[in-house]
Amino acid sequence: MDLQLRYLNTDFLIIGGGTAGCWAARAFREHSNARVLIAEKANVKRSGCLAAGVNALNAYIAPGKTPQDYVDYARADAEGIVRGDLLLSMAEGLNRVVASLEALGLTILKDEQGRYVTRGWRNVKINGENIKPILAEAAKAKGHISILNRVNVFDYIVKDNRILGAYAIRVDRPVLYVISAKAVLCATGGAAGLYQPNHLGFSRHKLWYPPFNTGAGLAMGIRAGAEMTTLEMRFIALRCKDTIAPTGTLAQGVGARQINALGEVYEERYGLTTSERVHGTVMETQAGRGPCYLQTIGISKEQDEDLLKAYLNMAPGQTLRWLESRRMPSVQNVEIEGTEPYIVGGHTASGYWVDTNRETTLGGLFAAGDVAGGCPQKYVTGALVEGEIAARAAVKYMNDEIAAPDADAIEVVKRKLESHFIAQPTLTVDALEEAMQAAMDEYAGGIRAFYRYSDESLVIADEKIRELVQQSEQLSATDMQELVYILELSERLTLCRSVIAHLAARKETRWHSFAEHTDYPEKSAEWALYVNSRLENGEIRIITRPLVREGEVYEH
Amino acid sequence: MSIEIDREKCVGCGSCVGICPGGLIRLDDEKACIPQPERCWGCASCVKECSEEAIALFLGEDMGGLGGRMTARQEDTLLFWTLTRPDGTAQTLTVDRRDSNKY
Ligand SMILES: Cc1cc2nc3c(=O)[nH]c(=O)nc-3n(C[C@H](O)[C@H](O)[C@H](O)COP(=O)(O)OP(=O)(O)OC[C@H]3O[C@@H](n4cnc5c(N)ncnc54)[C@H](O)[C@@H]3O)c2cc1C
Ligand code: SF4
Ligand code: SF4
Repeated sequence: MDLQLRYLNTDFLIIGGGTAGCWAARAFREHSNARVLIAEKANVKRSGCLAAGVNALNAYIAPGKTPQDYVDYARADAEGIVRGDLLLSMAEGLNRVVASLEALGLTILKDEQGRYVTRGWRNVKINGENIKPILAEAAKAKGHISILNRVNVFDYIVKDNRILGAYAIRVDRPVLYVISAKAVLCATGGAAGLYQPNHLGFSRHKLWYPPFNTGAGLAMGIRAGAEMTTLEMRFIALRCKDTIAPTGTLAQGVGARQINALGEVYEERYGLTTSERVHGTVMETQAGRGPCYLQTIGISKEQDEDLLKAYLNMAPGQTLRWLESRRMPSVQNVEIEGTEPYIVGGHTASGYWVDTNRETTLGGLFAAGDVAGGCPQKYVTGALVEGEIAARAAVKYMNDEIAAPDADAIEVVKRKLESHFIAQPTLTVDALEEAMQAAMDEYAGGIRAFYRYSDESLVIADEKIRELVQQSEQLSATDMQELVYILELSERLTLCRSVIAHLAARKETRWHSFAEHTDYPEKSAEWALYVNSRLENGEIRIITRPLVREGEVYEH
Repeated sequence: MSIEIDREKCVGCGSCVGICPGGLIRLDDEKACIPQPERCWGCASCVKECSEEAIALFLGEDMGGLGGRMTARQEDTLLFWTLTRPDGTAQTLTVDRRDSNKY
């Protein structure tokens, strides 16, 4: 198949029209008359993390608390490995974006005095079934924003460490886009599908994180030599068994506690940070006291009804489960399990290494949301604030003329893509993907290894991933969608190598389960620093950097 | 978790094709189909998008699914979700978008 070449020009290119991407487009247009182009692999109306909806905005600051309280909380939860400058600038914008979302039509729970009803002090309860359509409409309403749906971006155009644009293909037609831009935002979300998932058969895509967020932005950055941070701090979610539905509505919402099979509340034995809750569940199960549950028996019938509806707005599979089994949470505790590890900068601190303005180490390339590192616990609202910060910085950055793309380089990219259309039917994407996930699971701390790994196992994982990289070059496609699957696999493999290098570099166990190194089972004061990396001549170079506190402005 | 498309009910409008976050749905002979149902995330975006209630969500047997099928219908701010069990019993839940989650 021959790919048709199309050249596009814009001022601000946004890669990924998800949470951060849609909001950044809107923010950019509030500060500039320049043109914006959103390139989105799916459809901005229902793409990314928010496709099914959410039940709460997990990052909000209740009256009486301050942004600094939020920073302190996030720092403690991450055992110190956070960027104070990023957390504080994010926390300062949280309540503002919550108010904007309400003004745009999002339903937020209020009391009789018209004040938001909070869950704990960091969370507001919403009807978020349509939060993604609201964000997409908010972007469209600004004008001068072109949205290209079903366009998959797969590589940056970079010259002298400065971004000039990106390459993309249409998912449904043989078109190769060469997009030139004055500034670029990467907002492709985090990465799922690196590790073997909870279900291995038909339901293997029933992940917590969207299987369609394949780590494209992270892989493009790694390949282009951008610095990455804290990829070893994986995120493992504690979720409802089988449906992998979120548990916050049960745990914080109706106050269900984590209990083991003996009915003992085990949370306090292991600690209450996000990673310790996962760790506790693994330990209880290993000690023969599993399975573990959220104790919902005894809640009222009214609460049952409310929960059925609440889950419809966020994880409809869980409601389906309750309804078809006729076993409501009031009569049956909800079993919980840990998911496979993800790389998600909205929950942990992994992602692009950015300066205080969210510019990466590639000039003119910004990052926001789950793809950006150093700033955990940002969730929906934090991703929006980061989108705003990055958009404002991009407005200031844009001065240069758009550089003309290099014709020879484009030809190389085109030929490489087209080479996959030459039939070599021996290998399939699915087979290689399964091999990758199995290798990561067994040797780089997946579910079936109880999230643990050692120096030796990581060496094996790296060897296996390198072999798979070689094999993936020979994959063949018969249409554009299959070509996208090949590119996605290649993104995951690129990211796997970096994750393995990061896991090996941090010689301690700071976060149980998130990074559980059996050769170094203790936390060590020596490792109170960032583990960063950069790909140089095909090899991953580890760089350690001292912690950055709030109040400082970090420049590259 | 995945979806099933009822070819009888489908009128080939194409709305579900454009909406899926994984681009999994196609039109084949003017009817929607999902060639690789095992790639579905279960987000139900397509279920809500289909005005003909031709798309149903179900839980795969490997995750303990019992054969129930769930469809949805929208009217303004209301979403009507109907679960039909294999024994033919059905149950509808109505959610108003203006009502927040209480938990
Ligand atoms: C199931 C689930 C439930 C959650 N629940 C809550 C909650 O209740 N409260 C809360 O506050 N937070 C919640 N979160 C977290 C929150 O939703 C995310 O942190 C946030 O939405 C991330 O925003 P983002 O813009 O980084 O990613 P996304 O919104 O996922 O956007 C990424 C976008 O990039 C696109 N994309 C990816 N690759 C490419 C490519 N190669 N080319 C073009 N486009 C591409 C994707 O299609 C997507 O549209 C939840 C997350 C998940 C997954
Ligand atoms: S939205 Fe419904 S009617 Fe329209 S193509 Fe899809 S299944 Fe058919
Ligand atoms: S449920 Fe979601 S992932 Fe599955 S086919 Fe429908 S829109 Fe796509």
